[in-house]
Amino acid sequence: MLKKLLKSFGKIVMMVAVVFIFTSCASAPKKIDPQLPVTPAKHQLSDMNPDIEYAIADAYDPWEGFNRSMYNFNYGFDKYVFLPVVSGYEFIMPNFLEDCVSNFFKNVGEFKNLTNSILQFKGGASVKTLGRFIVNTTIGIGGLFDPATKMGLPRQNEDFGQTLGVYGLGAGPYLVLPIFGPSSLRDTIGLIGDSAARAAVYDWIDPMENVDDEDSILLGISALEAIDARHLQSFRYYEAGSPFEYELIRFLYLSKRKLDVGNVFGKPAD
Amino acid sequence: MNTLKLFLAGFCSLLVFAGSAGAEKSYDYPLEDAYAATIIGTPNAFKASLPENIKVKQLKMTVFPDRKTPDVFWYQDKLRYSLAYQKKEAPLIFIIAGTGAGYNSSKMKMLQSAFWGAGLHVICLPSPTHPNFMVNASTSQMPGNSVEDAIDLYRVMDLAWQQARKKIKVSEFYLTGYSLGAAESAYVSKLDEEKGLFNFKKVLMINPPVSLFNSVVILDGMLENNIPGGIDNFAEYFGKAMTRFTEFYEAHAALDFQDDFLYAIYNENNPSETGMAAIIGLSFRISSSNMLFSSDVLNHAGYIVPKNLKLSSTDSLTAYSKVTGRQSFVDYVDNLFFPYFSAADPGLTKAELISGTSLVAIEDYLKSAGKIGLLTNSDDLILAPGEVDYLKQIFQARAKIYPRGGHCGNIDHKDNVAYMINFFSN
Repeated sequence: MLKKLLKSFGKIVMMVAVVFIFTSCASAPKKIDPQLPVTPAKHQLSDMNPDIEYAIADAYDPWEGFNRSMYNFNYGFDKYVFLPVVSGYEFIMPNFLEDCVSNFFKNVGEFKNLTNSILQFKGGASVKTLGRFIVNTTIGIGGLFDPATKMGLPRQNEDFGQTLGVYGLGAGPYLVLPIFGPSSLRDTIGLIGDSAARAAVYDWIDPMENVDDEDSILLGISALEAIDARHLQSFRYYEAGSPFEYELIRFLYLSKRKLDVGNVFGKPAD
Repeated sequence: MNTLKLFLAGFCSLLVFAGSAGAEKSYDYPLEDAYAATIIGTPNAFKASLPENIKVKQLKMTVFPDRKTPDVFWYQDKLRYSLAYQKKEAPLIFIIAGTGAGYNSSKMKMLQSAFWGAGLHVICLPSPTHPNFMVNASTSQMPGNSVEDAIDLYRVMDLAWQQARKKIKVSEFYLTGYSLGAAESAYVSKLDEEKGLFNFKKVLMINPPVSLFNSVVILDGMLENNIPGGIDNFAEYFGKAMTRFTEFYEAHAALDFQDDFLYAIYNENNPSETGMAAIIGLSFRISSSNMLFSSDVLNHAGYIVPKNLKLSSTDSLTAYSKVTGRQSFVDYVDNLFFPYFSAADPGLTKAELISGTSLVAIEDYLKSAGKIGLLTNSDDLILAPGEVDYLKQIFQARAKIYPRGGHCGNIDHKDNVAYMINFFSN
């Protein structure tokens, strides 16, 4: 079942990540070159006005050590596993088929958009999302095409992390997840909530009741969904070329999520 | 009433249109404001149409085999560049990126598509101020010295050509660059006159600074002088901007961060010039802090990072980013760049070092080199007063100066792209 698969996939990822972190700690170079004395820098943070706030660099990131290791792990996973698979996929598939695959998974994702629009009391978005799902599932042949956008029903992205934000829950600590990348404690809970809701609906409908190889088919579909998600995401780790890429991405992620949640009581969300 | 308004509006626009058509052969780049142009670039309707699926290889090279990459730059293990190639014999053009930009920045990709579409082989190189170049290809690892940066670039171009010649057939060589990369193209071209490796047939400078130092003072000032209460109030200022932006974003639920998103914001909100200047200043500050931090670490200069401290691949750099974010490019010159070069040459004054980074230092060459062309805008923000006239006087008929576009904002406008392609094909 999907739940089982999600669980076992999650376990493998966590194991790989844990092994990576331990080995990376063990081989981390010593900070001080014994040959040369470390002298304080000429210009340090302690010299600066302690009351200054930093718009970009300040973030609630108590798990920074873990996050940085995970960030580096994701770079390696991307480079050696994910991106080669994605570029193989892009090489084999004609562009219009890639778009069909993307449309299909986006259409499946309308369930998440709909439940969360309703939970956020967004009437207009809920109606539009329901309309999109009906149009794309029927005229769009099971979601392979997206005629709804052309008909003036644009996609309304909503997720459970956003819903929790709209309810007033702050982002909590910044968290870099294995493979998924930048997140926060709140958004990770949201991700789990959305996945659980989807698995529950799947169990209820049970579309592959009479199929023998249900697990392997589901694994294939999940893999295709992951490949499609990476295919759509143009971000590449350490492409920015900035030594402060970790800080910049953290800032961009948290800002974008504030924007997604919207102004709560007239101010940007936490 | 409405009909009357419509008629008046139509009549007035006809008058304006007729006037500008006479003066400017109807250059239709729409953004009048140089700050807006620099940020927004060219709206889709005015862009050159460029090929989408181009034949391009992402490549890497080792420049100094004995150089060890510090752990904190572990992901910068090789110099990265690209080669877009033709199947038949064709000219090869090198493109040098602008300040802080990598070989595949959006402007580089755009230029690559334009020249590849025109039938050229294209090699894209990072700016010597980009950390990837500093770690791997810079001799001093202290960028900004045009003569030395040109020597480093020339070495990289030679190695890239050695790799590429196994794959492609080249008839002749061209060179271009935008922003700081344009000024560096001139220095590289001058070096090539002595070395003779490429004998560039044509060189095009796109939106160059005349004096690197003047330009960075302008850009530093855009951030530091345009935030109410000064740079220390940046976080508060930014928070307010974020609230307003969120309101806009919520009001346009369907709007995604796609093409023309900024243009839509601009048209609806009429942002203030000071606010736009602060955005450009911030973007430049991010590039210059990357450069400052990298040169400090690579040279063990002990300015921001304690001398002899070896940073690991997972050490927090947040505190350093806070300190570097408050350093201007002028601070870089005073505390890292000048001390480095004066240590090697004790008689050198700061004024001499700075004048050696400007086009004025090679003006005799620029006047006489018929192969070099200039493409810029009369409202380019990085040019100090008088510098547009200086460029006109140096390049004369070889200067193409558009009336609008700010700094590189019109680089992908259809007329600009047509001019670039035409420049090399004639």
